[in-house]
Amino acid sequence: MKTKIFPIFLIITFSIIFYVFYKGLQNSNIYTPEIKSEIKIPSFEAKEFFSKDNVNSDQIFIGSEYYLLNIWASWCIPCKEEHKYLMDLSKKENIKIIGQNYKDNFVNAKNFLIKLDNPYDLIFSDNDGTIAIEWGAYGVPESFLIKNNQIIKKIIGPLNEKLFSEIKELTQ
Amino acid sequence: MNILKLLITVIFLINFFSSDLKAKNLGTEITKNLRCLICQGQSVYDSDSEFANSLKILVEKKLDDGLSEEQVYDYLKNKYGDWILYDPGFNKNTYFLWLLPILMFVFGGAIILRKVILKKKKL
Amino acid sequence: MSSLIGYYSLIFGVGISILVIFFSIKNLNYTQNLDIKVISLVFLQLLFVIISFSGLILSFVNSDFSNETVFNHSHTTKPLFYKISGTWGNHEGSLLLWLLVLTLFIFVFLLKSKNQPNQYRILTLLFQQIIILGFFIFLIQTSNPFNHIFPVPKEGLGLNPILQDPALAIHPPILYLGYVGTSIIFSSALAAVCSNNITKMWASHIKKWVLVSWIFLTLGILLGSIWAYYELGWGGFWFWDPVENVSLMPWFALTTLLHCVLVLEKKLILTSWVVVLSIATFTLSMCGTFLVRSGILNSVHTFANDPERGLYILIFLFILIFLSLFIFLFFHKSKNNNTKTFYLLSKETSILVNNWFMMYFLSVVLIGTIYPTFLEVISSQKISVGPPFFNKLILPFLIPFMMAMAIGPKLKWIKSDVEDKIYLILFFIISLILSMLIIRNLDINFLYNTVLITAAFYLFFITLRDFFHAKYRNLSQIIAHFSFSILILSILFNNIFSSEIITNLKINETYQDQNLKINFESIEQENKQNFKAIKGKFTVEDQSGSIEVMQPELRIYNQPNIVTSEADIKTNMFTDKFMTMNYVQNQDYFNIRYQVKPFMIWIWISTILLCCSGGLSFIKKKYEN
Repeated sequence: MKTKIFPIFLIITFSIIFYVFYKGLQNSNIYTPEIKSEIKIPSFEAKEFFSKDNVNSDQIFIGSEYYLLNIWASWCIPCKEEHKYLMDLSKKENIKIIGQNYKDNFVNAKNFLIKLDNPYDLIFSDNDGTIAIEWGAYGVPESFLIKNNQIIKKIIGPLNEKLFSEIKELTQ
Repeated sequence: MNILKLLITVIFLINFFSSDLKAKNLGTEITKNLRCLICQGQSVYDSDSEFANSLKILVEKKLDDGLSEEQVYDYLKNKYGDWILYDPGFNKNTYFLWLLPILMFVFGGAIILRKVILKKKKL
Repeated sequence: MSSLIGYYSLIFGVGISILVIFFSIKNLNYTQNLDIKVISLVFLQLLFVIISFSGLILSFVNSDFSNETVFNHSHTTKPLFYKISGTWGNHEGSLLLWLLVLTLFIFVFLLKSKNQPNQYRILTLLFQQIIILGFFIFLIQTSNPFNHIFPVPKEGLGLNPILQDPALAIHPPILYLGYVGTSIIFSSALAAVCSNNITKMWASHIKKWVLVSWIFLTLGILLGSIWAYYELGWGGFWFWDPVENVSLMPWFALTTLLHCVLVLEKKLILTSWVVVLSIATFTLSMCGTFLVRSGILNSVHTFANDPERGLYILIFLFILIFLSLFIFLFFHKSKNNNTKTFYLLSKETSILVNNWFMMYFLSVVLIGTIYPTFLEVISSQKISVGPPFFNKLILPFLIPFMMAMAIGPKLKWIKSDVEDKIYLILFFIISLILSMLIIRNLDINFLYNTVLITAAFYLFFITLRDFFHAKYRNLSQIIAHFSFSILILSILFNNIFSSEIITNLKINETYQDQNLKINFESIEQENKQNFKAIKGKFTVEDQSGSIEVMQPELRIYNQPNIVTSEADIKTNMFTDKFMTMNYVQNQDYFNIRYQVKPFMIWIWISTILLCCSGGLSFIKKKYEN
């Protein structure tokens, strides 16, 4: 009896291991944090990009309007790709686009906006990148759709056609 | 005699150690335990990505604000998930992780004990 | 052209593999000497793989970009040395290297096992050929190194700069010698089970293979570690990264096996256990290959990920596992007759204790490495298991382990020898006092560190005395245990007493605290063959006023366009001074990291000494024969 249980036990164990590895192969090995929606936006203090005045987060996101917070930098190449979608969105009435200038050089960033046009209703600087962490972001670009001080959608990476129309739908 | 010589050498070494002894920085210790999301095989301490550099600053800021080590971890877990911590902690997800090796150790010890003692009795 | 020859050689190699398998099965019950035909076939196979491998090297040297592997991993401006080492610096080429070592080892095995029973040799050849065939098919089907691209590109994509390093150029071949050596142990153990050939003679014959694999595996791990230390620029040498863990697992199994085989050689006990370990070593090596190549784990060193490859190795791995399970369960007859006894205080018991701890360490590393994958599949929760986990579960167990290592080998004598007992106690007291003195200024974990260092010192002193003591003649064992104690001591000291300064400096700025003054003197640019070097010049002045010039470097490689940071390391017998310089986005200062790491060089020396003790054991047996 004992001699039979042992082999069966071994075979079952290894079969389970095989199954787990097989399943594991299909998962991506790159970690992206789970996108939690409906969470409150962080509160922080920053400097306005042009005037260098202090601005507070609750002065930026007021009322029940839609806001799109976009983390960008002039040195970031995907930011250039998504720029045209931001320009399109800026033409919409019911959404305000807030720029967070991430670890950037002021002159470069200004040239970037002059060359490609400025889609932002307001820009604040994040020189050491710590505000990005308050948002739970870890790269550039990242965007957050906000309503009533709640994050309703988080986008990692550049905007594209699909995401653009999704945002449009959400803000209808 | 040999031992005496050795002792002297080692005592000499001790002085050498105590000279540049420093208290470890809590911030550094915390960043060693954080996993970088950009270069995902490295700790934040080891990484030089933009994200890691910012996170190092942020950890120092939070510590200055009076947060404890645990509070900093909780804060980051809340933002990025459990994944960001290298130390998996003991919770319902990790019971097996921590207990299985210990169980193996106990089990192995039992086998050896049985082997040695049983064999002895047979003699 | 050379790609074409290489490819067809591979095809021929497969043909021979099938032929050899056919012949082995046919000749299975042939008791006379091994057919010369079979040996020459195996030699021919080796030759074809060598041709194939040379063909790939040649393609790399000539920068033949019509070959996809060369195109992906080479560049015309790369120095010749790295063009050659680039051959095995990628997935396809490294697998071809595996294959080369596999065929080489079986050939050597056939030559060196002439005094073994014929059936056993044929069976070993059969199992080994099954493994070789598996690798051939894997190579040709999923990772052919000779894929043709048309139109032929003008320039290659280049080799990742962090791989362009002398230590890393020889690291893979050495490591593979270790990994693949375990395949011989695997085949031979299965063959010995099938032909009921587990004898003392078999033990001393397989011991050599165990030793060879162990030495190369140890060296391979060491080289990888040295590389990580100065190339990755973090000042660490072991990160508990999955890829490192994966090489450590077969090492634990091999070390255990080595100790068991030493016993088996003298007394016919633990036979089943030796077979299980032999199977486990190779399985773990293969499992490591699977984990690294499939991209299932998230690591610094991932190869190009391709689920198809992962699936193939996975299936192959489990075929081997089930095959060996089947053979073990149905053919193995336990030879443990009860006349052999274990005394509570005997050398055998101490070997068992060694096994016990080794298996525990192995299980910690194994579970820690694959647990995140299991958790994700079962509950889709993602966690990381990193250095704190391994440190917490391994370090405390080192204490009894090292004590056992000190006392274990001499248990036989302890009963009779009074002088010995005095020494054992005396050394313990000395170790305790010493470690308390060393740790006295440290406020954190005082007790824990003291006990840990005491145990390491204890092993150090005991083995040191044994070394000068005529009674204990097992030199390789003493050296091995001695170097292990130095290894642990230097790792502990390194860990506890390392200090570092991280600061941002502009040119001509100075950092100062009560111990140190770092001055950023100047910066200069140099153009090299395939990179641009930015060299910083720093002077570091310590309390005593001695000044050291440090010149860390940033390298901007042209192809691929990657910036790497080269540390400047000043090594002496007691400490390493380590400085790196890093570029910071959009700032005019550099991030400077200066570390003082005591006893760094002793970590390398002790590991080399460990390998030497293995070599000594290898030579000694030959000498006696």
